[in-house]
Amino acid sequence: MSSTAAVHQDDHHHEPVRGWRRWVFSTNHKDIGTLYLLFSLAMFFVGGAMAMVIRAELFQPGLQVVEPDFFNQMTTMHALVMIFGAVMPAFVGLANWLIPMMVGAPDMALPRMNNWSFWILPFAFAMLLSTLLMDSGGPAGGWTLYPPLSLQGGNSFAFVIFAIHLMGFSSIMGAINIIVTIFNLRAPGMNLLRMPLFVWTWLITAFLLVMVMPVLAGAVTMLLTDRYFGTSFFNAAGGGDPVMFQHIFWFFGHPEVYIMILPAFGIVSEILPTFCRKPLFGYVSMVYATASIAFLSFIVWAHHMFTVGMPLGGELFFMYATMVIAVPTGVKVFNWVATMWKGSMTFETPMLFAIGFVILFTIGGFSGLMLAIVPADFQYHDTYFVVAHFHYVLVTGAVYSIMAAAYYWLPKWTGNMYSEKLGKLHFWLSTITVNILFFPQHFLGLAGMPRRIPDYSVEFAEFNLWSSIGGFAFGLTQLIFLYIVLKASFGKRTQELPDRVWEGAKGLEWTVPTPAPHHTFEQPPELRDEDLAHGDVAH
Amino acid sequence: MDNVLKDLRRLMQVNGQAHGLSARWRKAGLTACLGLLAAGTAQAEYGLNMPRGVTPFSSNVYDLHMTILWICVAIGVLVFGAMFYSMFKHRKSVGHEPAQFSHSTKAEVIWTIIPIVILVVMAVPATKVLIQMEQTGDTDMTVKITGYQWKWKYDYIEDDISFLSNLDPASNAARQLGSGIDPASVPNYLLEVDNAVVLPTNTKIRFLITAEDVLHAWWVPELGWKRDAIPGKVNEGWTYIEEPGVYRGQCAELCGKDHGFMPIVIDARSPEDYAAWVAEQKGEQLAEAQQVEREWTHAELFKRGQGVYEQQCAACHQLNGEGLAPAFPALAGSPVATGPVDEHLKVVLNGRPGTAMQAFGRTLSETDIAAAMTYTRSAWGNADKTPVQPREVVAAKRG
Repeated sequence: MSSTAAVHQDDHHHEPVRGWRRWVFSTNHKDIGTLYLLFSLAMFFVGGAMAMVIRAELFQPGLQVVEPDFFNQMTTMHALVMIFGAVMPAFVGLANWLIPMMVGAPDMALPRMNNWSFWILPFAFAMLLSTLLMDSGGPAGGWTLYPPLSLQGGNSFAFVIFAIHLMGFSSIMGAINIIVTIFNLRAPGMNLLRMPLFVWTWLITAFLLVMVMPVLAGAVTMLLTDRYFGTSFFNAAGGGDPVMFQHIFWFFGHPEVYIMILPAFGIVSEILPTFCRKPLFGYVSMVYATASIAFLSFIVWAHHMFTVGMPLGGELFFMYATMVIAVPTGVKVFNWVATMWKGSMTFETPMLFAIGFVILFTIGGFSGLMLAIVPADFQYHDTYFVVAHFHYVLVTGAVYSIMAAAYYWLPKWTGNMYSEKLGKLHFWLSTITVNILFFPQHFLGLAGMPRRIPDYSVEFAEFNLWSSIGGFAFGLTQLIFLYIVLKASFGKRTQELPDRVWEGAKGLEWTVPTPAPHHTFEQPPELRDEDLAHGDVAH
Repeated sequence: MDNVLKDLRRLMQVNGQAHGLSARWRKAGLTACLGLLAAGTAQAEYGLNMPRGVTPFSSNVYDLHMTILWICVAIGVLVFGAMFYSMFKHRKSVGHEPAQFSHSTKAEVIWTIIPIVILVVMAVPATKVLIQMEQTGDTDMTVKITGYQWKWKYDYIEDDISFLSNLDPASNAARQLGSGIDPASVPNYLLEVDNAVVLPTNTKIRFLITAEDVLHAWWVPELGWKRDAIPGKVNEGWTYIEEPGVYRGQCAELCGKDHGFMPIVIDARSPEDYAAWVAEQKGEQLAEAQQVEREWTHAELFKRGQGVYEQQCAACHQLNGEGLAPAFPALAGSPVATGPVDEHLKVVLNGRPGTAMQAFGRTLSETDIAAAMTYTRSAWGNADKTPVQPREVVAAKRG
């Protein structure tokens, strides 16, 4: 703040303040992005530790490690922590870092609200996790919180509901910020159809968030009043209907599933062209496919509840609507394959994770299509087949895309190139172990093992053993990732990296110095077609 | 294995030498696939796939499942095949120059239309089977199934038989944390009950499925479907079992701590054997009814009550009567179990709404209730040695 004060607003420092104030009071999109990503990383390990407890108990038949009630707390918390604490904040962190740089904006549109959206999260999760230490234990009715079971717990329930409300506030504010940034702060010439696909997918995701998080808030508030204020929304004895909760919950829940996968589609659509050295195939159809998937996500919710006893017409409608989702999703996968076709590929770690994503996510998509077929779903529903399905789309889908993104942009963020050797080791160990972990679960479900059980018949022993071994190995493998991220973030700078870290990388974020300075695009950039990820969509 | 790893390492190298790589890689991949297939067949007896089942539509469901699985496999082979071909042929290390095309309307239309056609092909049989599964009319008999935490109750509507079905005692002992009992030594571990549902074969049976406390789901894979049991709602389903046999299943909707411990066992018998079983049940019912009127001694009730307690109450209140704080209160020294009999009876008969304490007046016989109460009032240091007589329970039920 010297002679430049005259030309700059005084809250635009060139260098960040030092110490804890930088992080607690930050309004800088890059710092807040970093906070989100580190928070997500921490939650990934907390949720992962819970998964280890689950797999340890399921290692062999009989109960060896925990009581059934604690097991249920672990399955419930694992899901809540991974969904709301690991996957969603990771995508918001990526959005914070990347969207302003990708559209040529100096920062997010609402920087103070941005600070608030993040700083709610540590409190929300401290409260959620603290329930594990309370007398009545943590929530044990599954992350879906189906009444009447969820209402049977102790008073820790009120803390869980409040924590979910807080997470909802955080998500809604984050989403509003993203929408406003994209609509108002694009550099001149950055038309909507010239935006990188990551920005597009996030724009659509943000609309989903704004539309469905209030629905979740409504559903859990009704649970709260049923539990403490004598209402009977979901209490059959008082004239309510437990099934109504499921309808409301999944009206939130299905779009929520796409909230966790659409940004992943965006990431993969950035990374594949870079390492194929070839433009993304079918940019416009990718945008339309994403929007179609988002629209369809509002009319398929009841496929999560085919067994509640719906009328035949309802079952048919939700089956057909769900099957239709395969069409735009297929378009995306085919477009990625066409992007790779006749490219000039190299296989750095981000590319490996992106290809891993396309293959393994597609396998999750196939089991999703199978689950859409109602008569077959009557067998699959609530079994390990479903567990395998959603872990393929969430772990080898969403989480793989986050890891691909971390490797891809880590040099830009930190100025350090990670070790390719370690990154590849991380990829191959993860990919081998994650398949040992989740593939046998398809067989377990088909053979008759229900989900959310702490103990099982001896006929399921062999595949559970494999699954647990894969789980422990996958968990340990992630320590490599932790090491790589921490080393790049805090290690000494060993080499000067060019602005365009990857040979084939396109997009405005690669036109700023590496590591990205605290402030970028204080003056709107001049757009040149060759810098843009999709500079040639004139047709 | 070493060769495979070596090849993996080669594949990972950004600028690796590519001579002979693809041939060797193909060979390694083939070996891996054959290995998986061999492992698959060797494991068949462990249950890899959905059972074909024993009803007319369970095999339709199985066929539908397999059809869609193979369609997915075929699509997967094509898509992943194209990807892998591209990854080997179109890599920088083999000197492939990138093409610069970015769209093709023709291709995009084709790969939008073809999936739609495939989906229609899938939807036709799926719709047919679904319509068949929902035909719950024209049934020969009805069984009402009620889910409780954590057991099932079966009411045979026409034959006026009803009973509870719990996890069998051997499994229950072995499944306790640190029991020291090897689950493999227990026959049908966790898939055995004390009272199986006996059903006639070659009879169209309608099920009415509901629950009294929380959600449950009634599922026997061999019948080809599951259905949620929901408080305040009665769901329908039907079956027509074609082969006599014992078919096992489990609760499939999370219902609390013992969700994993409420199995379902169907004992399907020929219609003649089923009729004989019904007659036998009637005889037992009559004998049980006569027992209600007589005077029981404390020792008799205590002995019977211990069995009832262990089967019906111990899951929550625990074998030692200490309960599980905070959700499940202790009975040893509790004000209810050591207080006035009529208050105690009210709780047992009507339950405590909003908690896991059920209204046992609707599920247990008067004699069992009297016995369990006598047991809890005089076990673990509780000092009331006056027996609770079954006819007191009858009187309390009448109000």
